[in-house]
Amino acid sequence: MKLIPGAVVTGGTSLAYKTGSWRDQKPIIDRELCKSCGICEEVCPDDSVKAQMGIYSIDYEYCKGCGLCAYECPAGAIQMIAEQR
Amino acid sequence: MWPDVVIEGSEAVALAVKAARPEVISAYPISPQTHIVESLARMIANGDLSAEYVRVESEFSTASVLAGASAAGSRSYTASSSQGLLLMTEVIYASVGMRLPFVITGVNRAVSAPISIQIDHQDTISLRDSGIIQFYVESVQEAYDLHIAAFKFAEDPEILLPVMVCMDGWILTHSYERVSILEQQEVDKFLPPYRPLHFLNVKEPKSWGSYAEDDVLMEFKYSIHSAMLKAKAKIEEIFQELAEISGRDYGGLIEAYLTEDAETILVALGSVTGTIKDAIDQMRAGGKKVGLVKIRCYRPFPYEDILSAVRGAKAVAVVEANFSMGCEGAVSLDLKAKLCGDPNAPKVIDFIAGLGGRDVNIKSVCEIVQKTEEMLRAGIATTESCWVGLNQAILP
Repeated sequence: MKLIPGAVVTGGTSLAYKTGSWRDQKPIIDRELCKSCGICEEVCPDDSVKAQMGIYSIDYEYCKGCGLCAYECPAGAIQMIAEQR
Repeated sequence: MWPDVVIEGSEAVALAVKAARPEVISAYPISPQTHIVESLARMIANGDLSAEYVRVESEFSTASVLAGASAAGSRSYTASSSQGLLLMTEVIYASVGMRLPFVITGVNRAVSAPISIQIDHQDTISLRDSGIIQFYVESVQEAYDLHIAAFKFAEDPEILLPVMVCMDGWILTHSYERVSILEQQEVDKFLPPYRPLHFLNVKEPKSWGSYAEDDVLMEFKYSIHSAMLKAKAKIEEIFQELAEISGRDYGGLIEAYLTEDAETILVALGSVTGTIKDAIDQMRAGGKKVGLVKIRCYRPFPYEDILSAVRGAKAVAVVEANFSMGCEGAVSLDLKAKLCGDPNAPKVIDFIAGLGGRDVNIKSVCEIVQKTEEMLRAGIATTESCWVGLNQAILP
């Protein structure tokens, strides 16, 4: 692909760019403690927390491991653990 | 063609910018460029020019407004000086990378501290590595013509880089000269409206200068250099087109003045080249074979043209009003770097002259030539710059 002068790109490129490789801390949701309040989904800057039928999960393809969800979770249901690759 | 007028340098620049029909002008006042943006503000207030005039709180914002306006597809313009230009530096680098073709008049003034409002070239030379195309002008007429051409250089789809026309503060901006003004319809034919391939549009979102990792960043940077190299031939073509409407043929990136048989050739940029030409005429009347290479376009650096003009000479004396602290003058550094592989290259001696507005007159130019000849005879292989007229007695 030829480069466009000025590094001009059209929208939607962040979907193609899997930022999950940046992560060195990984959020883990404890389903026992989770109250499905949805605060983690609200605060995630990368739209990487998804809910299905009230069950919350992390999209590790894009999650950069910033830890905002774990910090904000009122139930203490999210733990950050070291990423192992 | 309109009759010639006698006007102030700043006003001539404002008339050239007006004729280019800019859509956005942003400005923050700083001497000695203030008269340019004042004139433009007056034109807009009087209804003579239809453009958005954005007053801002700093030069950083000025450059940012230009970048945004240019990305939105508007022809945009500002003028600044000295630390004002330095405050724009970050945005200029970004705009080069985003390939936003606005035009800036760099009205030359010394950089603080100590504070001075007088002219030297330290401010604009400090921007030489950014990728902005730089011209230096000798006269008000040249400033007028180059401002009209500047937009065309910048917006050429193969160049797409911001352009800076550098003119000496006070000496050019505040002096009155006879200037030949172009007719609007001629300028309109020469410079059609700016219609870029990519522009900000809410219906079709795009992003400029997007994140680049190590697999493409070098290629983006090289493509800026490559555009600069292509610009050399383009600039000559555009000068030709301008000559057809103005009758003034600037030829190329440099002007060689009486260099053909010259033994000593001075290399300089800006208004001092006018003084140097007068000094050369005097010296030639006395039998001295002296010539001048005026660098009109400094970036891209037209070293091929300079080399072919100076190759037959014994010595080159660079006369420049800037200094790279701890090393030497920028023009001398550039020239030596490009000459060093040439076995027939003349010796290059660097003269730092005119910092902070110190007068460089015919006498000082003759002394520079004399000193060059003496150094050549004595075989001194100096790489230290000579600071012209430096008062050793008061150095701390």
